[in-house]
Amino acid sequence: MKMTGAKAIVESLKREGVDTIFGIPGGQVLPLFDALYDAPFRFILTGHEQGAAHMADGYARATGKVGVCIATSGPGATNLVTGIATAYMDSAPMVALTGQVTRKMIGNDAFQEAPITEITKAITKHNFLVQDARELPEIIKSAFYIASSGRPGPVLIDLPKDVQTEEIEFKYPEKLNLNYKPVLKGHIGQIKKACELIHTAKRPVLYIGGGVIISGASELVYKLAEKIKTPVTMTLLGLGGFPSSHPLSLDMLGMHGTRYANYAVMEADLIIAIGARFDDRVTGKIDSFAPHAKVIHIDIDPTSISKSIDVDVPIVGDAKEVLKDLIANVKAPDTADWLKKINGWKKKYPLTYTKDNKLRPQYVIEEICDLTKNKAIITTEVGQNQMWAAQFYKYSLPRTFLSSGGLGTMGYGFPAAIGAKMGCPDKIVFDIAGDGSIQMNIQELITAVAYKVPVKVAILNNCYLGMVRQWQELFYKRRYSASDLKRNPDFVKIAEAYGALGIRVDKKKDVRSALQKAIKSPLPVFIDFVIEREENVSPIVPPGEALDQMIGGMA
Amino acid sequence: MKKHIISVLVENKSGVLSRIAALFAARGFNIDSLAVGETEDPKISRMTIVSEGEENVLEQVVKQLRRLIDVISVSDYTKKGLDYVGRELVLVKVDAPPSKRSEIIEIVDIFRAKTVDVSINTLSIEITGTDSKIQAFLDLMHNFKVREIVRTGKIAIVRENQSSGKKESKNE
Repeated sequence: MKMTGAKAIVESLKREGVDTIFGIPGGQVLPLFDALYDAPFRFILTGHEQGAAHMADGYARATGKVGVCIATSGPGATNLVTGIATAYMDSAPMVALTGQVTRKMIGNDAFQEAPITEITKAITKHNFLVQDARELPEIIKSAFYIASSGRPGPVLIDLPKDVQTEEIEFKYPEKLNLNYKPVLKGHIGQIKKACELIHTAKRPVLYIGGGVIISGASELVYKLAEKIKTPVTMTLLGLGGFPSSHPLSLDMLGMHGTRYANYAVMEADLIIAIGARFDDRVTGKIDSFAPHAKVIHIDIDPTSISKSIDVDVPIVGDAKEVLKDLIANVKAPDTADWLKKINGWKKKYPLTYTKDNKLRPQYVIEEICDLTKNKAIITTEVGQNQMWAAQFYKYSLPRTFLSSGGLGTMGYGFPAAIGAKMGCPDKIVFDIAGDGSIQMNIQELITAVAYKVPVKVAILNNCYLGMVRQWQELFYKRRYSASDLKRNPDFVKIAEAYGALGIRVDKKKDVRSALQKAIKSPLPVFIDFVIEREENVSPIVPPGEALDQMIGGMA
Repeated sequence: MKKHIISVLVENKSGVLSRIAALFAARGFNIDSLAVGETEDPKISRMTIVSEGEENVLEQVVKQLRRLIDVISVSDYTKKGLDYVGRELVLVKVDAPPSKRSEIIEIVDIFRAKTVDVSINTLSIEITGTDSKIQAFLDLMHNFKVREIVRTGKIAIVRENQSSGKKESKNE
């Protein structure tokens, strides 16, 4: 069938099962937008391209499908960069399409030209500059396959304008001719070695990360944990991978992890890492991380293994596949004494905060958790709001906690919430935000209102860049350099100006009714919670210290 | 720190070289030399990279190279202790006034190098060989006035019965 490049792109996206696209048009993608005009996709016009990228990311993380975003050349494309880098660091599957100046103009400093494939080389899993329209079907099929397989990630396709208008004979390839073939099955010899270590361990800990959720291996982790009676700690992105309410759950470890998780890791004689990468926020001082432990590391990405710490038994493969074989072969160790010790820590050092009549952020999150019965999708911004959301919402399901863990992008949570809600319309979606972060992509209010996406934003407003202030308090003698946000605008009026619902809460007793009203409303809602200004996230492992050197968080 | 010879088979496409160079740069590795050329299959190119760095970091770079979509296979000849033949071609332009000329030509003969250009004041010489042969030759040339040195970078072929990386899986 003869058609233009732009039509061929639309046809290819249809074959990939795309239903929703986020983006903004511009000069060099006009042919593509013309083809989108009668295409069967939901096109979501966003306020800013960064918003489009985070929405595609949120959609992808909530549904497991590939998120798609489109921007024009030059500034449109560079505005995607933070969103692409965010997706890359957290392995979210995404395909970004960008317009480009015509082929013969490339490299001539043309109007709205930027070398986006060069710019994004280090933050995409792969990218393409399409030089010949006939390659479009194969490139698009490859992009979706690369983005969604192995360790997922963003793929960018740069589309010169004249490639979009060129006529081609359209034929969608059935098979791809790629050298790239991720290893899924784990090496059975290695799995048997792992089983031996597990069987003889006395103080084992399962340490699970985002890979468990991406792979859809949560149920298998549950099976394994129960079979080998081993406690489970989660990284930030691993939250939801194992139910927090389970007796074997240690909740989150690391810099703002629970005392019991960090103590367990420091005393463990075996760490079983699954889909986690020993990030510095998890390990603390790397030389003293888990000093008595042997390490089994299951990961689909060989570059994650032995990157930060030495691994005794590496297993390259997909978490789901490896766990199936592991569960079939493993024999349970005797962990009765170990679990007793851990339960002692859990009783002695629960996660807690000052329970008085003041409006504290942890209380707001506990109430959200209670009202949504642990089943809402929670997105976060970055900083204190993110850590409180990780600590005090008790996740029970995978794909319900979406947060920029690797890159730490403020401004992620609100657009990600919109994307997640579009992918999962039956879920309640909350963005737990700070007053600083929410202003980094606040323009997406118009997107939420225009497309009637009733996401709820709980702004934990302390009129500070709260985590910066906390570090300044603890490590910089309370010199609050550039972290005071008393200048904040009126968030209720902003919400109203866009056509959303705005609610202000400054008393603890009003929290629940405000949340109920927000959940009931058919509109997007901003709730401005005026919280205790100098509330800290605790416990905290000071930077450069070992995990058991925590400050705060004692009952 | 040992110099490593890393042989990389890649898709013969634009942009591949910069992806590979960027990986080395991101880890602060200097590439001592890099030679690229088509293989027996014109769709595939071979890059021969000489670099040095700490073993574990270099191993990480090799893993990251394997992760690139356009990379077909990677083999660190040095780490694997493979027996290979390594060669480099060097062009040297040296001042050669009549009083020195015959002395230079004598050295060229001893090294089985070749004179490729002659002018009134200079000789241009082509030499191929192993690292040590080339180094010895250049050391001698530095007794004269060297105007210019141009090097191809090292290439290497594994001796018979040893694969130079092709059969090896990218994801081993």
